Amino acid sequence: MSTVALSKPSHMRNAQRFAKNVVTSREMAIVLVILAVIATATSLNQNFLFSSQGWRDLLLTPSILMVLAIGSAIVIVTRNVDLSVGSTLAITAYMTGRLFIDFPGIPIIGVILIGVAVGAGLGLINGLLVAFGKVPALVVTLGTMYIYRGVVLTWAGSDRINASDMPREFLNLGTMQIATIPLLTIAAVVVLIAAVYWLNSTRSGREMYAIGSNPEAATLYGLPSTKRIIVAFVIGGALAGLAGVMYAARYGTVSAGAGMTWELNAIGAAVIGGVAIFGGSGTVWGAALGAILLMTINRTLPIMGVPDFWQRAVVGALIIGAIVLDRYLAARQTRKLQEARDET
Amino acid sequence: MVTDADVPVLELEGVRKTFGSVVALADGTLTVHPGSVHALVGENGAGKSTLIKIVAGLHKRDEGVFRFRGAGAEFSSTADAKAAGIAVIYQEPTLFPDLSVTENIFMGRQPLGGGRRIDKHAMVNEALRIFDRLGVDLDPHRPAQGLSIADQQIIEIAKAISLDAHLLIMDEPTAALSGMEVERLFNVTRSLRDEGRGIVFISHRFDEVFDLSDTITVMRDGSYIGTVATDETTNDELVTMMVGREVKDLYPKTPAEIGEAVLEVEGLNSAGTFHDVSFNVRAGEIVGLAGLVGAGRSEIARAVFGVDPYDSGTVKLAGQHIPKHRPAAAIEAGMALVPEDRRQQGLVVESSVAENIGAAIRGHLQKFGIITRSAENRAASSWAGRLQVKTAAMSMNAATMSGGNQQKVVIAKWLATDPKLLIIDEPTRGIDVGTKSEVHRLLSQLAGEGMAILMISSELPEVLGMADRVLVVSEGRITAELAREDATPEKVMHAATVRREEAIENSGSSPADHLATAGEVNGR
Repeated sequence: MSTVALSKPSHMRNAQRFAKNVVTSREMAIVLVILAVIATATSLNQNFLFSSQGWRDLLLTPSILMVLAIGSAIVIVTRNVDLSVGSTLAITAYMTGRLFIDFPGIPIIGVILIGVAVGAGLGLINGLLVAFGKVPALVVTLGTMYIYRGVVLTWAGSDRINASDMPREFLNLGTMQIATIPLLTIAAVVVLIAAVYWLNSTRSGREMYAIGSNPEAATLYGLPSTKRIIVAFVIGGALAGLAGVMYAARYGTVSAGAGMTWELNAIGAAVIGGVAIFGGSGTVWGAALGAILLMTINRTLPIMGVPDFWQRAVVGALIIGAIVLDRYLAARQTRKLQEARDET
Repeated sequence: MVTDADVPVLELEGVRKTFGSVVALADGTLTVHPGSVHALVGENGAGKSTLIKIVAGLHKRDEGVFRFRGAGAEFSSTADAKAAGIAVIYQEPTLFPDLSVTENIFMGRQPLGGGRRIDKHAMVNEALRIFDRLGVDLDPHRPAQGLSIADQQIIEIAKAISLDAHLLIMDEPTAALSGMEVERLFNVTRSLRDEGRGIVFISHRFDEVFDLSDTITVMRDGSYIGTVATDETTNDELVTMMVGREVKDLYPKTPAEIGEAVLEVEGLNSAGTFHDVSFNVRAGEIVGLAGLVGAGRSEIARAVFGVDPYDSGTVKLAGQHIPKHRPAAAIEAGMALVPEDRRQQGLVVESSVAENIGAAIRGHLQKFGIITRSAENRAASSWAGRLQVKTAAMSMNAATMSGGNQQKVVIAKWLATDPKLLIIDEPTRGIDVGTKSEVHRLLSQLAGEGMAILMISSELPEVLGMADRVLVVSEGRITAELAREDATPEKVMHAATVRREEAIENSGSSPADHLATAGEVNGR
């Protein structure tokens, strides 16, 4: 009877370990699913991949949702949720147009920075309410979701921003490609890389996971939970702000209804990408890939002749499937370990 | 580590802490020297945990002296205490399940490389170095999730070592460990002591206290009782200091006619929680379920009542088989459970007293599916009156009442269902002394009327004073069954602290023998 049940260290070398982690990861599974979806769509319609238009759309379409999903993942990792990002996106998207109309000749970089800053400010409101109001994030951001939407509805009314209201150069950003890669996609990837670096390699980033994994333990460790949670919401808001500017550049028209239900897509993308809804685990890589999968499936289903209603149902099934899979794997793991312990 | 051996690492004198009107710690006094293992003992609720939380920076003391390494200490957070060099290992290890073992050790203090980037390589190497020192073989990359409690504690100790802590506090670290794991923990502890660190060790197991510590401080009811050198004291002296009073007189237990078995539990098993649990409770009998916190008593009660599922075994109430995991069926059959945490599980604190009392019998109160307030009030007042719930009106919010009155409301709620069996978990936790005896009198009276009562309590005097029969649970098994006459603090303590191996050895002498003995005694 061995009473000391120790897990043997795997004497793998770092490179091996890395390779093994990559191959068995959730992210790898999503990449494979995405490739399968693309292959299916392409076999039905060659232009899906093998045309300059198809290639561009494939990369461009998910870019805005990627940015939102990265922000959502950061918030969810801390065991919170942000339902207001769709409304934040609408505010900054509409504001982008207004800035160009009200201040002709305003530099584009200035507009982008203002959009990000306003988004961060709206995120700060969420963060302060959650951290100091001791109200669950679900409730706080449900409230601010309506309030922010109300703001943009009041501001815009039935008015809308049209492509003609914004300068040519700005709209070009939305379609511009560098070595066939759309600029917006590059922006999303830059955000992704920055987020990955932050969450993986800095103290504050790792503390995000710690706080979400076990809030009581975070207190006992003396981690600055309040500050970190506020930071998560500020980043989530700032990314939603950036997504709003990207939205204006990409679509050219912005009404008060812009980005409605996108917060749910962003959360869905994060969940599909393996971000645990109760915090503590998951990667922004996964969330970004989840966004790509969601948007790619959305574009594929019509090609496959799936009716509109079922397209949404497929997305729903995907989310539930991802959660059920996570639950099942976790429960099996716990059960196994418990039995192993009883036997010793 | 260089430490001046004359200056105590930790000095506490007359430290007091109250939560509202409850005095959690009246006189916390403790002096720990470097290079010493200082055991802190006392019954559950003696104030040990509060004292530790003050040292750890989790609570602020109301008054008293607190010096750390000779200087006055004011910690406003756990981070402060940690920075000063205090490491605490809690009874339940507090790790981040999703993060790697290495990250758990260094969280918040990771070694940084260029550009404030975490130097993962250095971090893993440092973790390996510490594991090597501790003589354990853990994969630094694996997540903390699923580690055994023993290994989780090793992580906590690794944390303390990486902090280079001057003071290491261990709150019942051995509660969930097996013999070999305890030995490993002790070896590590001794080597830390030999480096000149001060160690505070809390344990209910006297053999361990005598094995490991050099000094013992005893606490009781939130106060300091005394400090003795380990090699100059005995088991009996410690128990006397801990219990410290003649307990039986305080409890208004009146003899009751003991009848047929009401509850019969046989061979109840739940993987990882409790094993092979068999017992019965007869009409008019109060059976005390004693044991340490975390021994599995509440879990057994919850399984019997059907709140939690179990793997095998049977539960019968008045001869009728109770299906598992169906509390509604248990209530229907005549079972009632007053849970441990009344605010969370027993009471709708935002509702009125009448609504709360009526809650369990809604089914009988309704007429045509509608519950009228007057019907609710009528049903509630009779019970509340009998229990002397002191509330201005039945419509008062339960949240604003005292702990004692809240407990009475919860009890009233269940009595309104007219149960055959009342399971009551920690009946007097957080209740002032006066109300305590009222609750005790009530239990005694109910038993006198023929109700079978299963009472879980961590307060030894309460168990000894109230129970006709005491079942002691240790690590998920019933390790002793004592008749009222035979139950002494020493016997209960001993049975509550037997380790698993011993329990298995002893299980050769069948529990049936105990049952027979107890039956004779009570049948008189």
